[in-house]
Amino acid sequence: MATILDNSAWIEIGGRGPEKEISFGGIWTVFHAGDVEDRLMEAVQLRGEPVVLDLEKVERMDTLGAWLIYRLSRDLRLKRVDTRFRGVSDEYKLLIERVGANDRPCEMAPPRRNSILTLLEDVGLGTLNSLVRLSELLGFLGLIITRLAGAFRQPQRIRVTSLVYHIEQVGLRALPIVGLISFLIGAVMVNQSAIQLRLYGAEVLVVDMLAISILRELGILLTAIIVAGRSGSAFTAQIGSMMLREEVDAMETIGLNPIDVLVLPRFLALLVVMPLLTFYADVAGILGGGLMAWAQLDMSPAVFLQFFQEAVPDIRTFWVGVIKAVFFAVVIGVSGCFEGLSVSGSAESVGQRTTQSVVQSIFLIIVLDALLAIFFTAVGW
Amino acid sequence: MNQQSGNGHEIVIRVQNLVTRFDYTVIHDDLNLDVRKGEILGVVGGSGAGKSVLLKIIIGLLKPSSGTVEINGQAQAGLTSDELAAERRRWGVLFQDGALFSALTVAQNIQVPLREHFNLSQNLMDEIAALKISMVGLSPEAGAKYPSDLSGGMRKRAGLARALALDPALLLLDEPTAGLDPIGAADFDRLIVELKEALGLTVFLVTHDLDTLHAVCDRIAVLVDKRVIVVGTIADLLEYNHPWVEEYFKGPRARAANISVA
Repeated sequence: MATILDNSAWIEIGGRGPEKEISFGGIWTVFHAGDVEDRLMEAVQLRGEPVVLDLEKVERMDTLGAWLIYRLSRDLRLKRVDTRFRGVSDEYKLLIERVGANDRPCEMAPPRRNSILTLLEDVGLGTLNSLVRLSELLGFLGLIITRLAGAFRQPQRIRVTSLVYHIEQVGLRALPIVGLISFLIGAVMVNQSAIQLRLYGAEVLVVDMLAISILRELGILLTAIIVAGRSGSAFTAQIGSMMLREEVDAMETIGLNPIDVLVLPRFLALLVVMPLLTFYADVAGILGGGLMAWAQLDMSPAVFLQFFQEAVPDIRTFWVGVIKAVFFAVVIGVSGCFEGLSVSGSAESVGQRTTQSVVQSIFLIIVLDALLAIFFTAVGW
Repeated sequence: MNQQSGNGHEIVIRVQNLVTRFDYTVIHDDLNLDVRKGEILGVVGGSGAGKSVLLKIIIGLLKPSSGTVEINGQAQAGLTSDELAAERRRWGVLFQDGALFSALTVAQNIQVPLREHFNLSQNLMDEIAALKISMVGLSPEAGAKYPSDLSGGMRKRAGLARALALDPALLLLDEPTAGLDPIGAADFDRLIVELKEALGLTVFLVTHDLDTLHAVCDRIAVLVDKRVIVVGTIADLLEYNHPWVEEYFKGPRARAANISVA
């Protein structure tokens, strides 16, 4: 018999006289079921004469093998073919019966929906959700301001230890990365623009460009983006995992206000730290640009500083960056803490919310930056 | 290839002289344990006694510091990763909360091992998933649901269905009834016994639940003082003279579970 392979399942369709005979043999387990699926399809096509299912040569069987044999006999019976078993051991008989008892229809996947409708629905829901989220964020900002205002009457609401801790985490520990990135960006700015401006013999304007772009835009933007990525995400993850462990619920039952305990120290720390970090980033960026000017254009520090003074005759250029820092601190604090407090359910939610918090912060920072740039130009700063 | 223990039982899992150390904390010190073919063996012990660690060592997720684990007479330490993967297809493991893949429906979860290891038609895999879902007592609608939409008890049943997908001869369960209400736990106990009878399984289970021990286990191994101090039926353990064992099997909760001292 050609169908027999070692360590495999096989099936033979034969027949003598008025009866067809299907004999099964070998190892009918999940490991070998793939071998006989096609042959079983053939067997199912039988019609007319009664069929004997001979299991004598089956060496081993598991539920999958039992299922295949059961299914064949079921399908034959449905076609009104008389079937009977032969050579079935008690063990196999039990298994086949068990499998038969569990032959029930089952849903495999959630119902599919019209993809165009789903797309429309997603767009609608997405729009609605972002509007709702914006209003929730504003509501949360209002809540923070209310609690903060109350702190004037009850100064003990401000937790000094926690505040200092967060100032260290958000500010001090961010110094290396903020400094390095600003320094490099300042240097690159000079390096690239010097090449372009040289075409017009206007290398001197490098200093103007550096001073204005770092002070007004780049210093604060780089700082805000780094802090959003570093600390905004940390806030969400910290508060989120406390939500999961029901620590926040425990706080409320003990009579602590989670806004006071968790949000205010982080929020205030950002308000303190962001302007300082911005100043520091400005210094680092200009230092980087100055050094690059010295190296590339042979502009001595004294000359650089003189040009710098001419480029920025007015301290307001510096204040533009620092004022933006306060706005961005609010954005990062509100977004980070709000998303943290919105964590619910599973650990997966912490990850989603953390991503959400960072993306949302950076998005709002850039939108706000554009609006403020227009505003400052309009008021002539 | 199966080895025999002294009194003629075929041994499926044999743990010998197992020592486990995490840094300077010793979890297991010279631990020995045999699991016989066709039995349900329960492992009990206090919190932090190293029960779950023992299970993870048996299934090869953790490496012991010394000692050997043999499954069906095959020392696990000497296997290459391919051989170990082939071995693992012969066991089913149910983790504490089911450990279902959250991005897949229950039916798809059950089909993961089939899809990964065999070349079966989608139609047949769907039938197998339906069969397993029915066997573990889940309703037909459960197949299309995602794990997050299931209750704890249903998640465990679905996890069990996935563990049974490849028809393993050996089933390892980590706290199968933890977190279930008493009715759900009793149902699950019954399910384990039924499946063991129907499929001829050998079951290794770690538990805290005295009711489970009473209702399900053929033998119980007590993991105390970093080793298995005694293995036996509940009757044997009631006779055993050790403060922890006495406290455990004769305490108020044991009485409630009807493990009474006759």
